[in-house]
Amino acid sequence: MDEDRGARLRRLRWHCRRALLELDLMFLRYWQRVGDDVDAATEAALERLLEMEDHDLWELVSGRQETGDPQLKGVLDSLRQA
Amino acid sequence: MKVTKRTFDAVIVGAGGAGLRAALQLAESGLKTAVITKVFPTRSHTVAAQGGVAASLGNSEEDHWHWHMYDTVKGSDWLGDQDSIEFMCRKANEVVIELEHYGMPFDRTDAGKIYQRPFGGHMSNFGEKPVRRSCAAADRTGHAMLHALYQRNVRANTQFFVEWMALDLIRDAEGEVLGVTALEMETGEIVAFQSKATIFATGGAGRIYYSSTNAFINTGDGLGMAARAGIPLEDMEFWQFHPTGVAGAGVLITEGVRGEGGILRNSAGERFMERYAPNAKDLASRDVVSRAMTTEINEGRGCGPHKDFVLLDITHLDPKVIMQRLPGIREISIQFAGADPIKEPIPVVPTAHYQMGGIPTNYHGQVVAPRGNSMSVAVPGFYAAGECACASVHGANRLGTNSLLDLLVFGKSAGETAVEDVKKSTKAHKALPQEAIDRTLARLARLDTQKDGADAHQTRLTLQRTMQNHCGVFRFADKLKEGVTKILEVQQDVQRVAIKDKSKVFNTARIEAIELENLIEVAVSTMISAEARKESRGAHVRDDAPDTAEHPNGRDDDNWLKHSLWFKEGNRLDYKSVKLTPLTVDTIELKKRAY
Repeated sequence: MDEDRGARLRRLRWHCRRALLELDLMFLRYWQRVGDDVDAATEAALERLLEMEDHDLWELVSGRQETGDPQLKGVLDSLRQA
Repeated sequence: MKVTKRTFDAVIVGAGGAGLRAALQLAESGLKTAVITKVFPTRSHTVAAQGGVAASLGNSEEDHWHWHMYDTVKGSDWLGDQDSIEFMCRKANEVVIELEHYGMPFDRTDAGKIYQRPFGGHMSNFGEKPVRRSCAAADRTGHAMLHALYQRNVRANTQFFVEWMALDLIRDAEGEVLGVTALEMETGEIVAFQSKATIFATGGAGRIYYSSTNAFINTGDGLGMAARAGIPLEDMEFWQFHPTGVAGAGVLITEGVRGEGGILRNSAGERFMERYAPNAKDLASRDVVSRAMTTEINEGRGCGPHKDFVLLDITHLDPKVIMQRLPGIREISIQFAGADPIKEPIPVVPTAHYQMGGIPTNYHGQVVAPRGNSMSVAVPGFYAAGECACASVHGANRLGTNSLLDLLVFGKSAGETAVEDVKKSTKAHKALPQEAIDRTLARLARLDTQKDGADAHQTRLTLQRTMQNHCGVFRFADKLKEGVTKILEVQQDVQRVAIKDKSKVFNTARIEAIELENLIEVAVSTMISAEARKESRGAHVRDDAPDTAEHPNGRDDDNWLKHSLWFKEGNRLDYKSVKLTPLTVDTIELKKRAY
């Protein structure tokens, strides 16, 4: 893995440090499962999710709200499976 | 080695509620103000606060700050300083109405006033009957508060340093605080922030416990930095626990689950609360339930392969009730316990929630430490507010909804004091002592060059398990004594933690190792202070200090009506008296804390 991509993934992991413990735990498991195996589309979808406010993000991650966006849905499914 | 220097009038570390409230005071007064934060401000843990903020506005029924003060002193089990408590309760209306003016979307009454809800421990007329005192914005009070404060700071030109990790206080030989060193995660660069006022608002350190409701960011960074700079930590033995966190995860299962008929069971399936609280049973108060759960686990009646949790059973409830009234709980249980509560019970344990102790301050927000013959002399240039500070308004136990009030009142107060101090100072910034900066650089260099060191993840886990097993919600003399030995061994490991990743950009392994160096200071101070306090008071409950006629609830005012001060150097403890004299009213006299 090139240095830039390594740094980008580390930055993404840091952005998974959230205000709510529920989200911290979901992202911890996610990264434990996927390791560095994240393609560019997933990376972009993750970045968009991580821009969200924590309570809204938890509504999506916990399945209490649905999204029509297939890209986000893929990552959310994978988060829930982890 | 020289590091880059940036100069401000004031530097605030932490961008939760207390940090943003303090920053606002400074920036709006025209001072050059920087806020250093390791995560984006609106990702701070204040967002998780749901309950509300206490203020005796009297919008729903008659209320008075003096009644609020009484409830707070009683809640604190008389360990809170009554001058600070009077100050906070009198200021509550002002800071809440200010927030309303900043655009905070409080719930409203039909008449358009701020709606107020009842909350446990909020009483009118000095403990007579419940009163509606909590002001909330639906179940997102902390989130709404943080957004209102952040927007206001942007307007006031506060300069944010986001994803910067503060490393150490810069303190000179005279003891004056001159700023902090910090690491920019994006570049790995170390910068010295020079300031006339340095305010810590770094939040709590709930991550010292294996089971904690706190987010991962709550690693006590301010407490670690203060301790390394020779500032004592006050009343660290007092931690508020919630009885039902999901075992192994910490995520909170609200009291509402027991309210809807949830039953706690041990490994034999027994409804054990019938033995401990024959009348209230599973609805007994938090401390009674937590203690009963701990006793069941300690006496071998816990569940699972390690017999280290009990079960919260709602399988007897109609699934429709669970789906309608407890939908969030079902999702949490499935996600974090792997158990669908409609079909099987939820594994739960008492879980650390809030830190009452912290960096000692007075009600002006100034950090105070012993000097000469006095136990509380202001440390020049240094202020603290919020959960990292100990004013001390929560004493031995915090009253619900006083945490958001604490950060508003003392964030503002610390800001106001800092503004006064900076404006009256006619001198230029003092030169930064190179030795202080070198100490930080040496600490980082050690981390990078350590050979055959300890693993950071494993060491943090040992730290958390040691705190959970030896210094949990219900405490035992022998366990505490053993805990002191064990946590000092963990401290040795922390000093030889090594990291494999030496990269500069977003090196999260390095950040986590730095956090661990802060967590250990909090853990050691908690264990040593708890082992030494031989009474039960508020949240510190010892098996060998039971409820007797001579010492109701195990509280021993003759010997222990005093604040603990732990010093890092030599792990020394000292004590200072509780301020029993309020600012204008009579002392709220000692009596047994009973609800």
